[in-house]
Amino acid sequence: MSGNMNLTLKIWRQANANAVGGFVTFNVKNVSPDSSFLEMLDILNEELEAKGEDPVAFEHDCREGICGACSLVINGRPHGPMERITTCQLHMRHFKDGDTIWIEPFRAKAFPVIKDLIVDRSAFDKIIQAGGFISVDTGGVPDANAILISKDAIEKATDAAACIGCGACVAACKNASAMLFVSAKVSHLAVLPQGQPERYQRVQAMVKKMDELGFGSCTNTYACEAECPKGISVRNIARLNREYFNAKLKSENVEA
Amino acid sequence: MIKLDSKIPKGPIEDKWTSHKFNMKLVNPANKRKYDVIVVGTGLAGASAAASLAELGYNVTVLTYHDSPRRAHSIAAQGGINAAKNYPNDGDSIRRLFYDTLKGGDYRAREGNVYRLAEVSNNIIDQCVAQGVPFAREYGGHLDNRSFGGALVSRTFYSRSITGQQLLLGAYSALSRQVGLGKIKMFTRREMLGLTVIDGQARGVVARNLVTGEIESYAAHAVCLATGGYSRVFFLSTNAMNCNTTAIWRAHKKGALFANPCFTQIHPTCLPLHGEQQSKLTLMSESLRNDGRVWVPLKPGDKRKPNEIPEEERDYILERKYPTYGNLAPRDISSRAAKEACDAGKGVGETGQAVYLDFADAIKRLGKKVIEERYGNLFEMYQLITAENPWEVPMRIYPAPHYTMGGLWVDYNLMSTIPGLFVLGEANFSDHGANRLGASALMQGLADGYFVIPYTIGDYLAGTKFTTVKTDHPEFKKEKDAVADMTKRLLSIKGKRTTDDIHRQLGRIMWNKVGMARNEKGLKEAIQEIRELREEFWKNVNVPGSAEDLNQALERAGRVADFLELGELMAVDALDRNESCGGHFREEYQYEDGEAKRDDENYAYVAAWEFINPGQWNLHKEQLEFEYLKPTVRSYK
Repeated sequence: MSGNMNLTLKIWRQANANAVGGFVTFNVKNVSPDSSFLEMLDILNEELEAKGEDPVAFEHDCREGICGACSLVINGRPHGPMERITTCQLHMRHFKDGDTIWIEPFRAKAFPVIKDLIVDRSAFDKIIQAGGFISVDTGGVPDANAILISKDAIEKATDAAACIGCGACVAACKNASAMLFVSAKVSHLAVLPQGQPERYQRVQAMVKKMDELGFGSCTNTYACEAECPKGISVRNIARLNREYFNAKLKSENVEA
Repeated sequence: MIKLDSKIPKGPIEDKWTSHKFNMKLVNPANKRKYDVIVVGTGLAGASAAASLAELGYNVTVLTYHDSPRRAHSIAAQGGINAAKNYPNDGDSIRRLFYDTLKGGDYRAREGNVYRLAEVSNNIIDQCVAQGVPFAREYGGHLDNRSFGGALVSRTFYSRSITGQQLLLGAYSALSRQVGLGKIKMFTRREMLGLTVIDGQARGVVARNLVTGEIESYAAHAVCLATGGYSRVFFLSTNAMNCNTTAIWRAHKKGALFANPCFTQIHPTCLPLHGEQQSKLTLMSESLRNDGRVWVPLKPGDKRKPNEIPEEERDYILERKYPTYGNLAPRDISSRAAKEACDAGKGVGETGQAVYLDFADAIKRLGKKVIEERYGNLFEMYQLITAENPWEVPMRIYPAPHYTMGGLWVDYNLMSTIPGLFVLGEANFSDHGANRLGASALMQGLADGYFVIPYTIGDYLAGTKFTTVKTDHPEFKKEKDAVADMTKRLLSIKGKRTTDDIHRQLGRIMWNKVGMARNEKGLKEAIQEIRELREEFWKNVNVPGSAEDLNQALERAGRVADFLELGELMAVDALDRNESCGGHFREEYQYEDGEAKRDDENYAYVAAWEFINPGQWNLHKEQLEFEYLKPTVRSYK
């Protein structure tokens, strides 16, 4: 078809966590501008498979920008050159015929490479397990309308809760800090009435776990917000810092 | 001989669940920790079940093939979740939600199950709010509702266009809390590839560690499958790329009956195809039909731009055919109306395989700000994918495979025909009959996980005698060997075709002959073609790489091998059902105006298929009884 593109890809390949990785050059032909970036990688992988070669491993699932499985650093930017989308939502019409595209995994000490472009982001789950919830068992809860929540509070909570846990914030940060991710969850629950009883414990437990897992510190470069596919605001980090400070001042349950 | 007993409790429909809860056996709180339960899958049904069972004190082991229990495809549901709260005071009730759901399913579901679903729907909303799920609110702080297809009341709770995500994150947080407390053992990147049945009871699963390739065994007293639907059999669907039938299919081959496999839902509001390189189809929330109007040009072959076609030369197909429900007609009916228009040459866009969904009137009536608030992110998503601006030109939509009402047969307790094997959420067949209404999938997944399984599993555990089974039991070895053999076979074929190439071909057969409209000739051809394709797969597929490594090509190949068996059963089931109902439309059985013609005298049954060999099944029938709602012609006119 006219308008289809031929591209040169420089893709990071690494056999496993302990192997030494490096860039490998591939050519991919006849890519439709209406195809998505991952569909372009599908074409490459299908060619490799047809030749009996190992396809490039990359994580992906919903391909609608919501599951948070896809990652990739494309030409130096997490989720590629367009703002506020995930890699699976990036279309090839944003590239030109003849382009060379560099594709790497998210890089952070807390996200070790598993294979090629797949990294282990289970550290995020561990932070949630440490306190990113409201402690309520199934059953025995009040009627939903018994808890009144202002529109303003619900908007703030939803803005923060929209985080998809992809890890682009960590990949974008020169310190590999997880502050945007953690602050989004802390904010979501801190602005809601249901989150109040555990407010101070939660922020302390989550920050402690984050530090333990090897994420870096926040130095306010705001790269995280710039690369976040959901536009999670750094104001959440400010709120996290306030929550944390207040926890130390007000909570009876202060962690060292 | 298998006898299908639905175990629907006796008594008035309003009391069935209450009296059943009282009559079920209980496990002493101190004894619950002596029971091990495996949950496979971490979508809404799996995560909510795992969390609730762990809270009760059971030892829970959870497996998911994802890297994290927050990724399952429940997360992609946009529009909302139904409940019979009647907060808007518009005449809703448990009885009405029951009625709408049963009628929406074209009277092919059990009354008792559907009533229970409606009954517990309200608890779900309470539970989710308590967890911090940010449902939309009115200015006074109360919960807001919207309307969905197939209902004349507003009963859908929502969180922007990310309701599924917020509900899943709620269930995920409950699950994570139990992982933190040590009551759930969480295994990510594990794909269930076999079910272990010992002395006729489900006693564990065999799974592949997707990083190391190791085949691992997990033993328990009961197994819950919450592994979702099988629309990926069509290759192109709205499902996530990794959605598959493998867990339920392997259980089916171990003796669990598969019910109503041909009941698949084609969703009307998806983005049209862009071409051959397409990997999946994108769904846009049905809530768009609250304000969008579906139309095509009146004249076939009209190639003018939409804005140049005057009002009187447009055909608002749903408003014309179904004046009462209009653009909110149920999914199966709306999808068929779109197909009918395209078949008549009135389709729009480059391919002619699309209809318009137009917001111009709504924007005029309500203003841009309101529409932005309601659907802003959907408009953005549309523009992102199509590079067209829906504020200026109408959206183009076309139906796509979306949800599968069929699944493993379960009784009222959600137990399959294998004792100790429970099936939850989309993976079972239970509540949606032949067609699911919008915003009911989230409801059913969470109903099963939060409010049904915690009771019914206790009844099974308390009433069953168990022998001690550990993973060194010979049955586990046998199951592991079978899985390893299949893996070895796949890797050794070294043929000429890729897995995706064969999967795509299967998808075309399914879409053309087992899709939105089916007929005897086409179904018979499909069965033959699928058999040939299956043979071709096992002779000529090329799966590179090794078994002892992260190997995504191998993962896909195993799943497609199962789809190639399931696809045939779907066609067999569709051929057996000589009627049209819900998502199953047989061209031979329709009224003069093209509406589906149900045959209650001969087909008011659940078709439950017993696996004998690949390509060979026995049919068992569970007759459906309608005491409270007598089936009528399902009219939305």
